[in-house]
Amino acid sequence: MAEQISGQHQPHPDLSPPVTTVGVLGWLRQNLFSSPVNSLFTLAMIYLLYISIPPIIKWAFIDADWAGSTREACDSGGACWVFVKVRFSQFMYGFYPEDQTWRVNMAFLLLIVLSIPLFIKSFPKKAWLGAFILCIYPIIAFYLFYGDAFGLERIETTQWGGLMLTLILAGVGIVAALPIGIVLALGRRSNMPIVKSICIGFIEFWRGVPLITVLFMSSVMLPLFLPEGVTIDKLLRALIGIVLFQSAYMAEVVRGGLQAIPKGQYEAADALGLSYWKSMTLIILPQALKLVIPGIVNTFIALFKDTTLVLIIGLFDLLGMIQAAFADPKWLGYAIEGYVFAALVFWIFCYSMSHYSQRLERKLHTGHKRN
Amino acid sequence: MSESAATRSRMEISEEVMIDIVGMHKWYGEFHVLKDINLTVHKGERIVICGPSGSGKSTMIRCINRLEEHQRGKIIVDGTELTSDVKGIETIRREVGMVFQHFNLFPHLTVLENCALAPIWVRKMSRKEAEDIAMKYLERVRIPEQAKKYPGQLSGGQQQRVAIARSLCMSPKIMLFDEPTSALDPEMIKEVLDVMVQLAEEGMTMLCVTHEMGFAKTVANRVIFMDEGEIIEQNEPDKFFNNPQSDRTKLFLSQILTH
Repeated sequence: MAEQISGQHQPHPDLSPPVTTVGVLGWLRQNLFSSPVNSLFTLAMIYLLYISIPPIIKWAFIDADWAGSTREACDSGGACWVFVKVRFSQFMYGFYPEDQTWRVNMAFLLLIVLSIPLFIKSFPKKAWLGAFILCIYPIIAFYLFYGDAFGLERIETTQWGGLMLTLILAGVGIVAALPIGIVLALGRRSNMPIVKSICIGFIEFWRGVPLITVLFMSSVMLPLFLPEGVTIDKLLRALIGIVLFQSAYMAEVVRGGLQAIPKGQYEAADALGLSYWKSMTLIILPQALKLVIPGIVNTFIALFKDTTLVLIIGLFDLLGMIQAAFADPKWLGYAIEGYVFAALVFWIFCYSMSHYSQRLERKLHTGHKRN
Repeated sequence: MSESAATRSRMEISEEVMIDIVGMHKWYGEFHVLKDINLTVHKGERIVICGPSGSGKSTMIRCINRLEEHQRGKIIVDGTELTSDVKGIETIRREVGMVFQHFNLFPHLTVLENCALAPIWVRKMSRKEAEDIAMKYLERVRIPEQAKKYPGQLSGGQQQRVAIARSLCMSPKIMLFDEPTSALDPEMIKEVLDVMVQLAEEGMTMLCVTHEMGFAKTVANRVIFMDEGEIIEQNEPDKFFNNPQSDRTKLFLSQILTH
């Protein structure tokens, strides 16, 4: 007090926080050893990691065989990555003729090149580029894959396989299921009784049957009902089945978002004189879809993994090709390597989607509660 | 009183009828919310509608732009009758602006985009033109500096002023206010009322559901009292406040003016 009265007040200097609350030590204390029970769990977990991780690393890397081209090269007792290496081309392209695989590479490369600007913030006319990717690119990709035009050799869809097939199934499924799902969700909330009942019927039918049944029906039953001489490509049938199946799920996810939008938003849009479709596309859907990004991506990831089910109708996606490869007498007994490789590839794609969705959520967050 | 009388004398009322409501009834299921509403609003009129909660005053003004549907009687707005015809409804909504109790700004768009949206998509203006108009009205409500922000970053009073600017960007002939200050903190009510007074002085036809009796005394040329879905009494503000006719009006006024 005396100091302040005499005008001699010195501001209190900033002291460093106690060493136990910051830095590595602070973190350890707060997160791993905050109570006796926590300390016990921490020690138990460390022990578990200690007994499980080193053998995995030993198997996958230290003792693994990388060089060579036959199973004789795998003699060190670890993982035999030679198997994956030798069959790699089949895992990627299925039975696609090897001298034509550049077409597949080019299609995917083109997609990557086209997509890069979408991630660059300042790039102008992103909407047009997006529209090009969604509308024009699939046509280009189709002709690259299938051929039979522009001097390209025709390659039947029965020869497509591996990761390429997985990506085609998942890509088409994702791109088609979202818009169909949105339309179904809007239809289900419509005031028009006929539209509403059609949408409810459609959604409940497709949600009520297992995907395996859908795929079986598309491949076995459907041809029986078609007039003689008319055939629809098996891959196309599977694709239609997957798209319709997933769009029903998508519709319910989107409906959840639509229901979360306050009534005032609909009223404000109406009061400004916006028509139904304008108020949906400009006001309601941007907010609703943003709300349900986690649900949408969840459905996408499930769809990506569900594509493996096409195996049962004789289409060989990545997993199908791997299973076919280790059934080969030359490589009997290397199933684990195959499955680990499949898991890794699927994980990379699914994790990327999940990661991108989190980025998108952060980007679209305008930072504040809705009114 | 002389000041408010002076303010009022500046505001001309023409003979032209903007809204004509004839024998209008509305039910929510079994519940008869609006009973035989008859109301004629001339161009340039400023009408304040008051009454206890649940008296149907919000419902009545929401019928004027068809946010609520009426079941019997006629509503004619700017020469167009409100029916279930979607085109007619959209025509009327273009000419009738509405300000809500909870602002209802679009949280995913910036303030400027909120204001420019309807001119672009409904009036078919170019983006540049619409944004110029939006800036003009944001200046009018005194928040041009907030144009690039999102609604969630603004205070309640600022949001409500943006909501008023958003409606004005459509150059409406009629403005409906549905309890525009009820959701605001006390210190923000004045900034919104100031904008509304200014709008009234410029000759806007206004219907305002509010409990701000000071606003009614200064700006309104007619005060309507509603109770249980009926228009009980309507009069000039001086007569309405100093010499109410019905007992229900007297009771209502004694309740809101004494606290």
